[in-house]
Amino acid sequence: MGLMEKIFALLEPAHWGVHPDDKKRPAADAPVRRLPLPERLYVPLQQHIGAAARPIVLTGQKVKKGELIAEAQGATSAAIHAPTSGKVVAVGDVTAPHPSGLPVAAITIEADGEEAWIDAAPAQDPFSLSPEEIAKQVAAAGIVGLGGATFPSALKLGLAKKAKIHTLIINGGECEPYLSCDDRLMRDASPEIVAGIRLMLIATGAQRALVGIEDNKPEAIAAMREAVRPRREIEVKPVPARYPMGSEKHLFSTLMGQEVPADGRTTDLGALVHNVGTAHAVYQALGKGRPLVERLVTVNGGAVAFPGNLLVPIGALVEDVLAFAGLKETPARLVMGGPMMGSLLPHARVPIIKGSSGILALTAQEAGIAPAGPCIRCSSCVRACPIGLLPLEMAARIAAGALSAAVDYGLKDCIACGCCAYVCPSRIPLVQYFNHAKGELAAQARAQLRNEAAKRLAAARAERLEREAKEKAEAAARRKAERMAQKAAEAAAAAAKQAEEVA
Amino acid sequence: MSAGLATTVPLASPHAHAGSSVSWVMAKVMLALTPATLYGFWLYGWPAVHLWWITIAAALLGEAFCLRLMRRPLRPALFDGSAALTGWLLALSLPPWAPAWLGVLGGLFATIVAKQLFGGLGQNLFNPAMVARVALLVSFPVAMTQWIAPVPLGSAGAPDFAEGLRITLAGAPSLDAIASASLLGHAKTELSRGVDLLQANLPALSFVGERAGSLGETSALLLLLGGIALILMRIITWHIPAAMLVGLALPALIAHALDPARHLSAATHLLSGAAMLGAFFIATDYVTSPNTRLGQLIFGLGCGLLTWLIRSYGGYPEGVAFAVLLMNAATPAIDRLIRPRIYGRDLKGRPLEIPEA
Ligand code: SF4
Ligand code: SF4
Repeated sequence: MGLMEKIFALLEPAHWGVHPDDKKRPAADAPVRRLPLPERLYVPLQQHIGAAARPIVLTGQKVKKGELIAEAQGATSAAIHAPTSGKVVAVGDVTAPHPSGLPVAAITIEADGEEAWIDAAPAQDPFSLSPEEIAKQVAAAGIVGLGGATFPSALKLGLAKKAKIHTLIINGGECEPYLSCDDRLMRDASPEIVAGIRLMLIATGAQRALVGIEDNKPEAIAAMREAVRPRREIEVKPVPARYPMGSEKHLFSTLMGQEVPADGRTTDLGALVHNVGTAHAVYQALGKGRPLVERLVTVNGGAVAFPGNLLVPIGALVEDVLAFAGLKETPARLVMGGPMMGSLLPHARVPIIKGSSGILALTAQEAGIAPAGPCIRCSSCVRACPIGLLPLEMAARIAAGALSAAVDYGLKDCIACGCCAYVCPSRIPLVQYFNHAKGELAAQARAQLRNEAAKRLAAARAERLEREAKEKAEAAARRKAERMAQKAAEAAAAAAKQAEEVA
Repeated sequence: MSAGLATTVPLASPHAHAGSSVSWVMAKVMLALTPATLYGFWLYGWPAVHLWWITIAAALLGEAFCLRLMRRPLRPALFDGSAALTGWLLALSLPPWAPAWLGVLGGLFATIVAKQLFGGLGQNLFNPAMVARVALLVSFPVAMTQWIAPVPLGSAGAPDFAEGLRITLAGAPSLDAIASASLLGHAKTELSRGVDLLQANLPALSFVGERAGSLGETSALLLLLGGIALILMRIITWHIPAAMLVGLALPALIAHALDPARHLSAATHLLSGAAMLGAFFIATDYVTSPNTRLGQLIFGLGCGLLTWLIRSYGGYPEGVAFAVLLMNAATPAIDRLIRPRIYGRDLKGRPLEIPEA
């Protein structure tokens, strides 16, 4: 460490992030309720990072709960199963659970109300399976990262195995305010989570697992401690409650005391991070033969009459969820996910997907809706940024259209955690600026790729034409030369003949 | 059920806010200034009160004038409190019995020239209150150095409300009779007369400020307390004030130890002039100070050191305003050079090395 680094380390101790009011209770303390089965479920084909799944059912076909209805397509994709028994009534577009509200392809199932499961045939003893077999079954169950990242879990397990990781980090941080589905799961299903962790340890070849839980969840910590007691390789690690502790990089750094290099991953440093919900889903799949067809969803926010955690089938509409939990008033904002990073919903007719950790119906006051003012350079955002960026400078550059200057200030390292905008006294929508700029840059990169491809094609064509022209010219020259030679020969022959005749 | 179809505009996260606002920040700063200001009112009586509100009113007027000229809405800018705070800080740096026109000119200059001409809140390079103070000092050196000895409210000879207003508006009839020199001014005069500081009959140094000076000068202790309150309320951090006071005290300490006849003590420097006001309320101005902690330390040290240099070797007895303005000018460079280290990168922005497995 150089002198400057030392000075910085002294001056900028680990003061990253913010301490929002967590607003988790009373929702976190209410017992889990099951959402009454809606009449129809709308199951999107794209609920994960990667390629959309390919439907393998036809309209009118009867399906059982847990039956495969769309298969993974390509290396990065995830299978999708019927969340209830019933009839496929449509394979077509529904509104995406995303601010754009654009249509996405989905399979619509009309429930028959029987909830009849497929014949689940779990492996005799999942703990005797090989790592490859575990990963295969995790993939078959359609499991994706349930913390919200929705990356296909089997792929992550396989990559970690190849990277020879030594530590599995289980993310029970749940640092977003309002959300408590992971908290609830840890309190209610800790033995199953631990079983899932053991399976993931086998699948990755890691020697130990650390379960990081924010210290604002003492019940979950106690329950998990109890459940891991017989297992020496798994350790529960309370971490300070601070947003964004649940960010992969920050949880890793807090537990391992190291930073993830800017162009690396945690697996480069021997650790893989998975969410507690994912561990639970892994055990459901391998231990009970139940693919991922439902999840815990926190319903919370000032406009909700009975906040709490609901067990919701994938494909249920937000509308169904809100109707069950009840609304006290018309919410100013509907959010899927947490308030810090969740997406604004265009309306309530969007389906719950595998990555939906919460549905928040927020009042205007909670959502902090206020007109933006000028930046007063108070540097609150600088102190809050967990990455060490200068949000005010990046936003000023983006506002001036100087995207590459914003990149110089580290725009690409921004994790869109929202700490900066959360503290900004001028209410500047900083993340909006950053998202906009990142979108622009991505579009530019695509355009450039296209341009380069077009240029390459044009160059190839020009080269071909030139080559052809040259070949033609050469051929013509050759023919001319041949003709000349022939003429010369003929002339010579004629001359000889003449000479002969003369002679 | 009409399930909340309130919004159709896609908005980025976060959908929550810590609750702070610009006017809240300004209000807290004013709150922290209040004890020192009230104490100053008591010390210098009604003329000081009148000068205070007149200066603030002028600053607001200047702001409103510019907004009207640019056809921008008046309310949000006027009510964010920034213009009033500028006027307040300027009033605290004027001689308490200064004539009203000085406050009016200064207030208008601060918001019109030093703030709105630069583009308004957040755009100005220099601290508006200090720009105005320096402009007044350069243009009206006599009026700006007419200090008076304190005449506490209720004491014999203290002007009443109407008399105070008359003094502020029309000037004190016998200002010469009650005029007094500030400590720093007195020391400077004595030194320039060739009288060394050990012989000079300096006014007693006092924490509670019963001596001649500006409103903001005389209650160093209350300003210190107000500043600490600002730090505790997390409006400012300790970096700039601490660095500025160290930057001022350290050279003073050394120079005074080496040559007490020519250099005032560190305590005198800290408790005189606008040192406390400057360290906690002026140098810490968000807009015109650096964004990083290290940058703020450098900035504060610079302010302190320059203040001492100007006081000791410059042509003016007081140097806080000049020092802050000089460091304001250096702020863009400081912010360009000093950036926080980004997670996963070294100070130069290169990714940390990925260790070989
Ligand atoms: S928090 Fe907001 S007002 Fe303060 S410096 Fe950052 S962008 Fe500017
Ligand atoms: S959103 Fe980006 S810039 Fe803002 S605090 Fe998070 S990482 Fe920093």
